[in-house]
Amino acid sequence: MTHTPTTPTTTPTTPATPAAPATAAPATARRGAPSRAMSLLIICVLLAVLLVFFILPVIWLLLAPSKTADQMVHNSPLSFGSFGQIATAWKHLFSFQSGAMLVWLRNSAVYSGGSLVLTLVTSIPAGYALALTKFRGRKTLLVITLVTMIMPSATLVLPIFLELNQFHLIGTVWSVILPFSFYPFGVYLVYIYFATSLPREILAAARIDGASQWQIFTRIALPLAKPVVGLVAFFSFVGNWNNFFLPYLVLPNSDEFPVQVGLNQLLSSTPSFNPVAGAGLNITIPELALAIIVAILPVLVLFLFSQRTLVSGMLAGSTKE
Amino acid sequence: MTVLDTRHPAVSPPRRGRAPRRGGGGGAAGYLFVAGYAILLLAFGVFPTGYAFYLALTNDKGQFTGINQFLKVAQDYRFVPAFTNILVYLAMWLIILVVLTVLVAVVLRSRMRPGLSALFRFLYYIPGALAGVASVLVWLFMLDPDVSPASWLLDAFGLHSFAAVLAPGHLPVIFFLIAFWTGAGGWIVVMYGALNNIPDEVLEAARMDGAGPWKTAWHIQIPMIRQWIAYMTILAFAAGTQLFVEPQLLQTASLGRVSPTWSPNQLAYVFAFQQGDFNGAAAISVFLLALGLICAGLLVARSNLFTLDEK
Repeated sequence: MTHTPTTPTTTPTTPATPAAPATAAPATARRGAPSRAMSLLIICVLLAVLLVFFILPVIWLLLAPSKTADQMVHNSPLSFGSFGQIATAWKHLFSFQSGAMLVWLRNSAVYSGGSLVLTLVTSIPAGYALALTKFRGRKTLLVITLVTMIMPSATLVLPIFLELNQFHLIGTVWSVILPFSFYPFGVYLVYIYFATSLPREILAAARIDGASQWQIFTRIALPLAKPVVGLVAFFSFVGNWNNFFLPYLVLPNSDEFPVQVGLNQLLSSTPSFNPVAGAGLNITIPELALAIIVAILPVLVLFLFSQRTLVSGMLAGSTKE
Repeated sequence: MTVLDTRHPAVSPPRRGRAPRRGGGGGAAGYLFVAGYAILLLAFGVFPTGYAFYLALTNDKGQFTGINQFLKVAQDYRFVPAFTNILVYLAMWLIILVVLTVLVAVVLRSRMRPGLSALFRFLYYIPGALAGVASVLVWLFMLDPDVSPASWLLDAFGLHSFAAVLAPGHLPVIFFLIAFWTGAGGWIVVMYGALNNIPDEVLEAARMDGAGPWKTAWHIQIPMIRQWIAYMTILAFAAGTQLFVEPQLLQTASLGRVSPTWSPNQLAYVFAFQQGDFNGAAAISVFLLALGLICAGLLVARSNLFTLDEK
């Protein structure tokens, strides 16, 4: 089945007091049908309410660009307008500031793509070395990685801004790509993967055959690490594509914005939210909704394609065939 | 949701009782392998942390000022409201997140056909693709009675205009809704996966002993995934303290009706970029950092979550 990156996870360290339920259970189990029907009803209502909560906004968003701003207010919120209107909204959106949307999308691709490459190049060898080689300072590096992982990272954005400022990197692509490339979580994932699921016998055999560390890494470890590489790539790309705070601070000019920061600018140009600045512009709610769809499209496509792996096989053993 | 994002699901605490026997690989190779990452770690992890502390302990002339910066920001009239806001939001977010994700995962795991359950998980998970600015914009529309598909619900609560929806008291709920909408589905998937790892024999044994599904969930399934629950709580907490884009956008969209210093991160931003006081901003960052690390530390210690391989 779906090959999964991590090993059995919550190793049953605590076989959780199996005796406890035994004593009380038989009495309650016979408490009769009404209460069971009641609990079933509550479950169904809960699942249904959550389903509407999660999906309704998505459906609304997909329908919104097909209507005019006026129809949005007067027609039923979940009605479909016309394909012609989608084309109109598209034209308005992409002519905003003579094609700013395209520039933003390209920027996002450069930032997320560039940092994705750097993340993979740095975190995979690092995770491998932390798991399978010995060197002085290894434990320290591991502990610092764990601490940075659980640290609220936005709190470091201000000092990082000042640091980048010192090196005159503000406003350059590197001011986004370099901090994005630092991804302790990716290192930790790779570390776990290699520490738990790479058969050590293979490594030992390779070493006996005289393979160098580098050969072992590229010829044996890397090919086996495909699932975890995919996972790190997925999280890194999605996280960076959606990041707002850092680019918002370090990129002053509109033609450098990634699409997330661009959306913010679109929002302040929408007459419905900003009657003063937005007056006379063609950016109304349908255009904004279309901009949201376009902005998240790459991530949404990734979600749909990795759905199988992520939803069904996120953890080993989640498919028990 | 911000930066490191909450959904980092596939991490797993290292297996216990099987300390990896690291082969006798040479030290030099190890250094080369970690070099790139170590440089990034120093530049964007260790150094900024140190720099934040340095700034928080000095003034704009670089003179050591002890705890003066901390006192100064703590006495600022916007400090207590910002931290109160974030704590109210965090309490609501964490409690409801833990209760609902665990409950739903248990139901999806034990009470439903696998195919149907996979469909539900997928549908719950989809809004995760809209994390960040997109989710805030979508919810601006969901909360605007003029265009919302749930305007009848807003009406039922007596909220007839966008301005009424954005009343200060409602903001924690709004941010909770946004965070839950984008984040909960991913965590339900993670919890489901964790529940799925529990061997069938254990559940079978419980059934033989006469335990109903709720008893089994409460006494067996939930205790066995508690490391995952702790892990989720830590990451959700860390993400929650970082609230920035949500209040910032809401402030833009509400034409200033929402305070520009609603969250501590926004307050730090205002200190740094509107008042030019980077030392004060750093002091706020250090407060947040301390809050995050203390809570994470408590949870890690209590749940032996990150058992390092040496254990």
